[in-house]
Amino acid sequence: MAVKLKKLTDTEHLHTGNLACSGCMEVLGFRHALKILGENTIVINQTGCLAVVMQMGVPKVPHFHVLFENAAAVISGIDDALKAQGRREGVNLLVVAGDGGTADIGLSALSGAIERNQDFIYICFDNESYMNTGGQRSGTTPFGARTSTTPVGKETAGEPRLPDLRKDMVEIIAAHQIPYVASASMGYPLDFMSKVERAAQVRGPSYIHCHAPCPTGWGVESCEMVNVARLAVQTGCVLLYEVSQGQRKLTKRFGRRRPVKDYLVHQARFRHVLNDDEALAAIQQGVDDRYETVANTMA
Amino acid sequence: MAEFWNGNMAAARAVQQAAAQVIAAYPITPQTHTVEYLSQFVADGDLDARLIKVESEHSALSACAGAAVVGARTFTASCSQGLALMTEVVYFTSGMRFPVVMAVANRTMSVPVNIWPDHQDTLVLRDSGWLQLYASNVQEIYDLMLCAFRIAEDDAVALPCMVSYDGFILSHASEPVTPLPSDVASAFVPLRTEHNRPLMDPASPQQFGEVLFPDYYPDFELKKHRALADADAVIERVFGEYATISGRDYGLIDCHDTADAEIVLVGIGSMMQTARVAMAQLRAQGVKVGIVNLRAFRPFPARALLDAIGGARVVCVLDRDIGYGTSGMVYPDVTRSLFHQEKRPDVLNFIIGTGGKDITPATITRCVELAQPGYQGQAVFWPDARGAAEGIPYTEGLSI
Repeated sequence: MAVKLKKLTDTEHLHTGNLACSGCMEVLGFRHALKILGENTIVINQTGCLAVVMQMGVPKVPHFHVLFENAAAVISGIDDALKAQGRREGVNLLVVAGDGGTADIGLSALSGAIERNQDFIYICFDNESYMNTGGQRSGTTPFGARTSTTPVGKETAGEPRLPDLRKDMVEIIAAHQIPYVASASMGYPLDFMSKVERAAQVRGPSYIHCHAPCPTGWGVESCEMVNVARLAVQTGCVLLYEVSQGQRKLTKRFGRRRPVKDYLVHQARFRHVLNDDEALAAIQQGVDDRYETVANTMA
Repeated sequence: MAEFWNGNMAAARAVQQAAAQVIAAYPITPQTHTVEYLSQFVADGDLDARLIKVESEHSALSACAGAAVVGARTFTASCSQGLALMTEVVYFTSGMRFPVVMAVANRTMSVPVNIWPDHQDTLVLRDSGWLQLYASNVQEIYDLMLCAFRIAEDDAVALPCMVSYDGFILSHASEPVTPLPSDVASAFVPLRTEHNRPLMDPASPQQFGEVLFPDYYPDFELKKHRALADADAVIERVFGEYATISGRDYGLIDCHDTADAEIVLVGIGSMMQTARVAMAQLRAQGVKVGIVNLRAFRPFPARALLDAIGGARVVCVLDRDIGYGTSGMVYPDVTRSLFHQEKRPDVLNFIIGTGGKDITPATITRCVELAQPGYQGQAVFWPDARGAAEGIPYTEGLSI
């Protein structure tokens, strides 16, 4: 079931060279997902960084950059058209999108497509703000994070929405009774790829919410990206789990979680928080609470 | 054999005979019946189509776009607020050159809240790169819908097409309609098995919807513009073929008594049928009135219009809509077409029937009265409104 490194194909479905920032985890995730899904894949790319950096023929599979909020609707049309034409078998339909397009502006289209039981895989690469337009806050921006619309000023400092209150996409999608939904992280690519593989085996909709730290928007050195992505998981800021046919299961569990400060310290967007004990405590408390709530529901 | 259909049924029957493969739509009055009828056809096994019951009009047209990018024949229907919500995808669809066909049961835009017909909803989309055909009776809805698939899917066009008809007046009122036998209709609009436009296919991967940088952008825009402008020849060819199988001969425009007319009424939709009743009365009184019904509004049939107007003294453009702050939205295209004529008629604009206010023969007659010598310049009149904006000539409301 789980994807093994030794058995992973050498075949690439992206041409080398693209416009992404050095250390981009979204491009890495797209590359890894295509390794699992293979060449018989049709990709609908919602507007966002990935759509931009895939310009000029980077993908070797059919690739359609649509609008900001309509990928789930477009892929519904493809799903039904291929069924009408008797050509649906053997083709993977994949949506790739960012957190703004998924959790905010495109949420109703996604919800509708899932509710209609359309057959597609939806991967949201979550870098926790609107990076393609220069880093504005989104519905998944964490408490305290500095973005261009939650700047650090004299009155407020960073995202004010309290910990635990950001949009929890995995739980929102799970509430649709979807056959397969999972969270993933680019810090754990084999775990991510295993989930893509399981999603591809599902008939009907499947959703993977993949945490994808952003070097440019977060102020992290490119060489630190994998480390930061892993720290997000090791501190419990990101929980790796799946809900398959209603069965909830943690796919990474740690005996002792590291303090969140270990994760925040690498990121310029949290620099103002590091000396603010009150804010740090609030963030830690939020992570602890959510970990308890979610982990306790898991097998 | 004649049927007794309302406009939405006429549209639905045409879609059924055209064997649309993917239909996606969202309910909005007065369009809703169209999709209800299609749902019933599918439920009864009379139409082998996939119906996508989307959660918004934005997704309706997006789903059609998805179906089109893999080569399926696809249909949607909307109007008014729904069409406005869909607008982002309206431009996207024409930019992608997807031959989607959409039926629109015209309805005005809120607020004030109003579900009744005028052409506000589609006319604001006149520049969105879609073909726009306007039906003036129920028979025409059926006929234009069938033709629309052929026109939109023609390789020289490859653009989406709206077939518009007045909400309630045509969408809900039943009239005798003579449809084609199904085998004749199918032979007229066969499903395309080969496409000259690129499609999404893993066997030949291509990239779609990508960025076009400024240096090349005008080239693309010119191609799209030419495809739409030159679609008039395709429309005439398809109408010609249709005439041979249906006996109903349509043109880009529909002229009545224009040859000797001193006053020519120009407009779109069902009011142009009402205008014919008024015209008969006026002709009986010796007033030389002619009528031009614009069946195609995009592409704009300028040449046909000029030929029809001939030596008329005055052209009255009847607009069932208003471009706030200027004039009706049909008016500028008519004046632009006439501008370079050596001898050009006066062109008056009449804003009538907005928000479903009844247009009766008396409304039309009032317009013609106002076109008698004595008016000032190129005026915009509101003959059926009870007030007027500062500085815009108007007349008192009609009691009808």
